[in-house]
Amino acid sequence: MIFGAGFLLAFSGGFFGLWGLRSDWLTGEGAKRRLCVLAVGTWGMTILAWLAVILGTYVIYPWYRAKPPAIPGVSLADYPKYLLLSDTQTADWHEFGMEWKEHIAWLAPILATAVAAIVTRHGRLLLQRPELRRIVLFLFSTAFLCAATAGLLGALINKAAPTR
Amino acid sequence: MTSTDSTPQYFDGPVWAAIISASAGCAAFGLLVDLAEASKSFSNALNFYNPTGDLSGKSTVAVVIWLFVWIVLHACWKHRDMKGSGKLTVIAVILILLALLAVFPPFFGLFAAG
Repeated sequence: MIFGAGFLLAFSGGFFGLWGLRSDWLTGEGAKRRLCVLAVGTWGMTILAWLAVILGTYVIYPWYRAKPPAIPGVSLADYPKYLLLSDTQTADWHEFGMEWKEHIAWLAPILATAVAAIVTRHGRLLLQRPELRRIVLFLFSTAFLCAATAGLLGALINKAAPTR
Repeated sequence: MTSTDSTPQYFDGPVWAAIISASAGCAAFGLLVDLAEASKSFSNALNFYNPTGDLSGKSTVAVVIWLFVWIVLHACWKHRDMKGSGKLTVIAVILILLALLAVFPPFFGLFAAG
């Protein structure tokens, strides 16, 4: 969640940085500096997104989906998935919320990596070609929406059934 | 784009390679999610790491597909200026929208194995 929050916070700066990346708005030196800051920002966001999905998938998710022992009367408090599924009122948090979160989150780092690579290696083209800037902004915004959806669902699910 | 001796030429092929491969990687991930939902044996085959289940396989295979497509497209397009970037934009947007639809639980629930 910390990585997710960092990713979300960095998005607004990156979005407006990309939006304003126009050769008619910036001097040569200003464009160079803007591209340098954008490269650092987009790679920072990309690393956060990868850390969030890798830790989420391989550290947090196994805790969440751990199976309770087959002992009658065992408390489900330490088994969030089974705690949610044990009550029809909360089952949707797993069947809809967690299922969506675990999958949509993986789209964010893939899209963010493409944006970071383009900004770093081909930023000059983004200055000159509005159609490229638009599609890169679309990828960037979609990465943000995916991360935001996963982050929000994660927070809500953690409230309904905390992962300890 | 024109070039002179003093102005380096920038090709947009590598940019489109990054865009299309990321979109294809996302679509591949969505397809794997739907196939794993539709087939228990496919889901089991994607169970690379038991504590995480088939999510380990879906994500690993999608990342491999994405990187493979990126390498191939980059090699093919690195010295090209792509004509008809409007078509490539449409392809990228459609692939991403398909990926978003494919990972939406009510949609992949339609394929749930009985």
